[in-house]
Amino acid sequence: MGVTTNTVPLIGVGNQGASPVGPASSRLATPMSTTMFNTGARSSVEGYDPAIHDKFFEAVNAELGERGFITTSLDDVINWARTGSLMWMTFGLACCAVEMMQASMPRFDMERFGMAPRASPRQSDLMIVAGTLTNKMAPALRKVYDQMPDPRYVLSMGSCANGGGYYHYSYSVVRGCDRVVPVDVYVPGCPPTAEALLYGLLQLQKKIRRTGTIDR
Amino acid sequence: MTALARIQEMETALTPLGAEMVGALGVEAQVAFGELTLITDRDSIIEVLTALKERFGFQQLLDICGVDFPDREERFEVVYHLLSMTRNARVRVKLTTDEVQPVPSAVDVFPCADWFEREAFDMYGMLFSGHPDLRRLLTDYGFQGHPLRKDFPMTGYVEVRYDEEQKRVVYEPVKLTQEFRNFDFLSPWEGAEYPATILPGDEKAG
Repeated sequence: MGVTTNTVPLIGVGNQGASPVGPASSRLATPMSTTMFNTGARSSVEGYDPAIHDKFFEAVNAELGERGFITTSLDDVINWARTGSLMWMTFGLACCAVEMMQASMPRFDMERFGMAPRASPRQSDLMIVAGTLTNKMAPALRKVYDQMPDPRYVLSMGSCANGGGYYHYSYSVVRGCDRVVPVDVYVPGCPPTAEALLYGLLQLQKKIRRTGTIDR
Repeated sequence: MTALARIQEMETALTPLGAEMVGALGVEAQVAFGELTLITDRDSIIEVLTALKERFGFQQLLDICGVDFPDREERFEVVYHLLSMTRNARVRVKLTTDEVQPVPSAVDVFPCADWFEREAFDMYGMLFSGHPDLRRLLTDYGFQGHPLRKDFPMTGYVEVRYDEEQKRVVYEPVKLTQEFRNFDFLSPWEGAEYPATILPGDEKAG
């Protein structure tokens, strides 16, 4: 794809160092100490120094220090934006919904990965099908999925959504929500823990990063 | 207090109450497992419920449910559960019916009976005469059959799938990739007969 070879400045970071000799870039050029980033997760680990242990960080830091902006491919920027702002549609159908809520509450805090719950399908990128999908609910689920804008992703959470689970032989339950909507990630469990859901969401981010293109 | 003692205490309180109801309402009464059950028929159910509500103080109708006994002549039982907050007591009222003979609706006595009767109709197909709106309550739109009847297959008759060509969810006859398996959970050790107190550590048991 032609676009991918183009390079653009990463807007948010590039603005900081608009003048290469400005105060911002000179501040970033100083050796990184843990005191500057002492609110980060890993900075509390003793002996951790991002300048030594994180090559990516070091490269970005060097580039910013030299030029005041960094360059990257447009694909990377788009993927970065997509993975970093997964607005998820709350489709809580049963007990899995409780774990889904738990994942977005402060203990597991999905918002640190840029995921925020949206109650509206029109503004969400990801639908988490959390719970038993019944025959009566199936057309509604499909309608909600159809209302989501592209690119859209579906995460099937729990045994019931994956394949009917406990209710597989029931007269009223859909044997897996992939009979109704295309599913990207399946999270097993009954119900999956909030950690498992979070892991599934990180796998989805990985999938988006790997396969995401501008023309999806 | 042990559970058994609590049941006995409940039964000593409920037995005279049951006898009183038998005298006043012309019903049959049983006390078992610490619970009072009245057995009546379709024609007198409204009278019985009204009397229980107004004279005996059973102000709340907690549930109406059904039971299916396919071998019986009148295959369904309709079961009413009532609670009295003032007496701290519960009573169960039963009657029998079948697919065609309607039971008088209890909506005029207990307004909450509306949805209970709709659910019973949905699940068993028993009819309630005088009900304001006897539609299905829980099952899918256009659902065929009554799922809690014993002759209704567990997996039903239809399943749903999204059809990519028609762009909508379609219904199809059930196609199971694997039949339901009935596991034999009996342990080979369970039926064994041991001489008394032969197992080590079991000396104190019993």
